[in-house]
Amino acid sequence: MKKLFFIAAILVSSLTAVQAQKIKGSDTTLPLSQKEAEDYMNAHPSATVTVTGGGSGVGISALIEGTTDIAQSSRRIKFEEKQKIQEAGNALKEVVIAYDALAIVVHPDNKVTNLTREQLEGIFSGKITNWKEVGGADLKIVPYSRETSSGTYEFFKESVLKNKNYLSGIMSMPATGAIVQSVGQTKGAIGYIGLAYLSKDVKAVHVSYDRGKTFTAPSVKAAKDGTYPIVRPLYYYYVAKNEKQVKPFIDYVLSTKGQKTVSEIGFIPSL
Amino acid sequence: MKRIIEKVIESLLTISGATTGIVILLIVVFLFREGVGFFSHSDIESGYVLCVNGKNPVDRLTPEQIKRIFDYEIDNWSLAGGNDEAIEPFRMNDLSDYYSDEELGENYEFVPEKLGEIIGGTPGIIAFIPEQYVPGKSEEVKVLSGNKLKPADFFGGENWMPTATPAPQFGLLPLLTGTLWVGLCAILIALPLGLGVAIYLGELANEKIRNLLKPTIELLAGIPSVVYGFFGLVVLVPFIQKAFNLPVGETAFAGSLVLAIMALPTIITVAEDAIRNTPQTMREASLGLGANHWQTIYRVVIPYSISGISAAVVLGIGRAIGETMAVLMVTGNAAVIPRSLFEPVRTIPATIAAELGEAPHGGAHYSALFVLGCILFLITVIISISAELISKKQHQAQ
Repeated sequence: MKKLFFIAAILVSSLTAVQAQKIKGSDTTLPLSQKEAEDYMNAHPSATVTVTGGGSGVGISALIEGTTDIAQSSRRIKFEEKQKIQEAGNALKEVVIAYDALAIVVHPDNKVTNLTREQLEGIFSGKITNWKEVGGADLKIVPYSRETSSGTYEFFKESVLKNKNYLSGIMSMPATGAIVQSVGQTKGAIGYIGLAYLSKDVKAVHVSYDRGKTFTAPSVKAAKDGTYPIVRPLYYYYVAKNEKQVKPFIDYVLSTKGQKTVSEIGFIPSL
Repeated sequence: MKRIIEKVIESLLTISGATTGIVILLIVVFLFREGVGFFSHSDIESGYVLCVNGKNPVDRLTPEQIKRIFDYEIDNWSLAGGNDEAIEPFRMNDLSDYYSDEELGENYEFVPEKLGEIIGGTPGIIAFIPEQYVPGKSEEVKVLSGNKLKPADFFGGENWMPTATPAPQFGLLPLLTGTLWVGLCAILIALPLGLGVAIYLGELANEKIRNLLKPTIELLAGIPSVVYGFFGLVVLVPFIQKAFNLPVGETAFAGSLVLAIMALPTIITVAEDAIRNTPQTMREASLGLGANHWQTIYRVVIPYSISGISAAVVLGIGRAIGETMAVLMVTGNAAVIPRSLFEPVRTIPATIAAELGEAPHGGAHYSALFVLGCILFLITVIISISAELISKKQHQAQ
């Protein structure tokens, strides 16, 4: 009887002390948030953190509707999305939890090692079609892209293409792994992938955003000190009135321990 | 008691038949209801408008022109029916280059006013801005009237760029031709092969081989399509690329090959069943009249089982045209009208699968994908009706 009472007491106390929070959104940040949530729950047995994916857009619209506490996003919140949150009378809070660098990759046999942003724009918008135009062999360029639904697609378009459209016949692959596979087996291929996906099957090119003055190879170090240009922040969004509830978890993610997990997953720490 | 049970079972069977019919009907109605809304959407992204300087004579732009303006391909208003003036595209994000957040107000209450200043002060501007920030009535700002999406642009369009801003491009042609092209080639590869195997299994193979071969082929049908896709991407694609010395291996041909392999079990099983259903007496009569084995197959067995064989063809084509995952992985998904077998293509099912998850619910992109679904449905309906007619004609001729 005593034992039963004891168990009931534990149950009641854990129910009242429970800090349930939901995180929803980007599939890019999904593995990171999952790992962080796991570690956080191990350290704080009373807390529950539920992490689901679905895409950055899905997460932000859930935040607007109030069905999630934190929206994880691989792109910056859009103007009209911010607008909707303000219309509902909430103030939006933004936290950068990590950074992700995009590497431009080509086939390992490709002799081209340096490309400027302007050349990349030409290649992905279809104005440059042969490798010899950018100092390579006489070979047709085959650009690979992600599907239009991906946050990576949007970020690349914004950063490298300066909001211009991709060429209409671009090869679009359903996953980053498929891009690595295809670029690795196609001589004239070029594609973009997250830094964590770099392998010996593909070669990363050095990129210049200052019209060819300096070329930088993608690496965690270069992305961290700001010399590698194609870096995107990964965000957590929440509304100010939930701050008390979500703060402990976000503080944990931003702590030294949490940021160590960021590096382990293959992203760049935000500190 | 027995009678009651029988009655209950009978009514249960009737109900299950009726439910199946109703569910199928509902799915079709749902598909068309979602799709039909497409042509009432505006050709500019919803919630946004395009504004130009009040002195600009241009009133109307086609989606194609809008896209090329914002891609900096059309850079002078004279190319779009206006004055000789350089075009300056302006997006909402550019606003922060002109004004600080404080100047725009905490809740963006000064945005319309500031936009009015920018648009009024730049003669060549074309601004892509949210509807609620359109500056109040003034001489200096003109809102370009958006058009409804036109069926002609959809059915005759050669560009599929559903997320292009400000004007998404919904062109059916590359997707439709891609689908038909891949499906047709797949069936051209699978049909002779499948029929050959079916005839061999049904007429020539001895019992031992048959008992071994038939389950193996049926096993092929049980392999998940994504596994075929993976096999295609890792084995077929590099092979095709090397064998034909192509710049890319992800081509319509790779898709056709994978689809042909996938359609084979369906074609073989259905056709072989039809062939074996030919009554033994007919075979014996034919042989008794002095026809040899081959003549019996050719003149008696095949004509007798032709309706089953055409059913096999239809099911095979249906499988090939509707297959999604494997094609998504091996065809490269480039939305261009195919000019040869060795170019990347994008098919309708692959497009729906890849895009529906992220398309805003109820928007133009979402409806467009449903229209694609309707078209796919119509294609399969046409194929099965024509196969039905063919087999009927054959039977009448006999």
